[in-house]
Amino acid sequence: MGIRLLINAARFAVTFMVATVAVFIFMRAVPGDPAQIALGVNATPELLAETRAEFGTDRPLPVQYFDWTLGLFRGDFGTSYVTRRDITPLILDRVQVSLILVGLAMAAALLIAVPLGTLMAVNHRRISGILLSGLSQAGVAVPGFLAAILLVVVFAVGLGWFPANGWTPPGEDFGDFLRRVFLPVLALASVQGAILTRYARSAVLEIMSEDYLRTARAKGLGRTEALVKHGLRNAAIPVLTVTGVQLAALIIGAVVIERVFVIPGLGSLLLDAVGNRDLLTVQSVVMVLVAITLTINLLVDVLYTVLDPRIRKKA
Amino acid sequence: MSDPTPAAFTGAAPVPAGRPGRGKPSPTLLIGAALVAVVVAAALLSFFWTPYDPVRASPGDRLLGSSAEHLMGTDRYGRDVFSGILYGARITLLVGLISVGIALLIGTPLGILAGMRGGAAEEISMRAADILMAFPALLVAIMFGAVFGAGTTTAMVAIGIGSIPGFARVARSGTLQVMSTEYVLSARASSQSALRIARRHVLPNIAGVLVVQCSVTFALAVLAEAALSFLGLGTPPPVPSWGRMLQESQQFLGTFPALAVWPGAAIALAVLGFNLLGDGLRDRFDPKLNGEAGR
Repeated sequence: MGIRLLINAARFAVTFMVATVAVFIFMRAVPGDPAQIALGVNATPELLAETRAEFGTDRPLPVQYFDWTLGLFRGDFGTSYVTRRDITPLILDRVQVSLILVGLAMAAALLIAVPLGTLMAVNHRRISGILLSGLSQAGVAVPGFLAAILLVVVFAVGLGWFPANGWTPPGEDFGDFLRRVFLPVLALASVQGAILTRYARSAVLEIMSEDYLRTARAKGLGRTEALVKHGLRNAAIPVLTVTGVQLAALIIGAVVIERVFVIPGLGSLLLDAVGNRDLLTVQSVVMVLVAITLTINLLVDVLYTVLDPRIRKKA
Repeated sequence: MSDPTPAAFTGAAPVPAGRPGRGKPSPTLLIGAALVAVVVAAALLSFFWTPYDPVRASPGDRLLGSSAEHLMGTDRYGRDVFSGILYGARITLLVGLISVGIALLIGTPLGILAGMRGGAAEEISMRAADILMAFPALLVAIMFGAVFGAGTTTAMVAIGIGSIPGFARVARSGTLQVMSTEYVLSARASSQSALRIARRHVLPNIAGVLVVQCSVTFALAVLAEAALSFLGLGTPPPVPSWGRMLQESQQFLGTFPALAVWPGAAIALAVLGFNLLGDGLRDRFDPKLNGEAGR
């Protein structure tokens, strides 16, 4: 088990480093000199040279790369060439918002998916199970931003129960935070919930035909009892894995949802930076998103090892 | 993150890839095929006929409701929404086809190579796939948009690159299964070249799962294109695309929500169609799942 964890950690480190190289090279593929772009075409050569020195873009690319990567490890993303502001505080501020959003959405999605998926599996031959299954299939096809727009139409514009957009930090006014966070979380959670429900359903269906469950039934346990006592732990493993994969997807999905609801998270920061051609900020936010994704993957692998004794022994 | 990805959604099904099953096609397959056929028909139709020019503004006819003249009403510039939806189907299919094509043509050989050679080739290509997995298609597309500017081509290439790992994985796991079958063992024993084995034995046997993967990836590509256009990073105006029509409808949600309904329904039905088609095909190709999956 220890060895497996070590291998996972080493893979994580290598993947992260390769990702930094890939992102750096990709973002430098842009033609044009950041100093020239920042100053405009009429800048004097002296001023240009000065600005290049200030940005550090006059140094060889490998030096710039190492400087940037070392900065990442110290939590220093550098200064934007466009806004001339430090990127780090901006990211720290925004990442909290995104993590709250994604965390709540995933919790809500699981709360929907696990009971519903189990219900669907247990009733899979009845009309209710088939209907729910069809509904979840349709839910998968609805993109998050479409769900968001529909929710706004119904609950914000139509019924007026929730504000259509905006954000209040939870520390400032918790009631207002809840009112504002409800629709974006529901938009993200409904789509993720539909996806997870389908996994939960097939995971429970699979264990329902296992021998140990039949044995438990033969020993006199009721169907629900047998399922809860012996089945759900086994069903948890595939569901957990997908949760990890989907959590990564959710972080990207949140980029779009933040746009719909005008929420100041990482996604808005990223898209604004793309709009301003603020490449260093784009580069930094992308790396943060990739780091979060990789960390989630690592954690899922670790949890997987802990939960499943078969894997534990193999390693 | 390599091994434990459940089959149901990724298309990485356990692959005793048999011949397509006989018998009656499942309802899943039929509904999926029908929805996809509608999208294809709409796209083809748009080449010959749309009720109005989808990009021509007509200030006198702004924000009209559904009528006999404008089946789905008009938008804020007086453009006919139905014409835009028909034309948008073309963009949706184009992006899907090209991006799936890129992912199929690059991912499949990588996966087969990894599955056949094992060792260093496998480790390197699977780690590369892992790294690419950390960059979801949408993120790749946003990065491409930042560097090369928004556009349909950018979106197609980016979504295609982002979808490579899925194909590499499916191709690899399929190849691994085929490689342990007796006919491949005998082909190897009679010292057939690796290329010949790949062409004669591996490819035909994993074709089924690849088709399923194409369908599922197509659905994801449609979603990604819609999201990109919605964010203003996809197809640039004035060419109509469903995602941008949805985005433009956003400011009229309070007054004219019908504007959001049509492109939204178009996106959802297209994605549903490709998902159901993929599910239906999976049931057909994979006898192991028969009976319980996808109904």
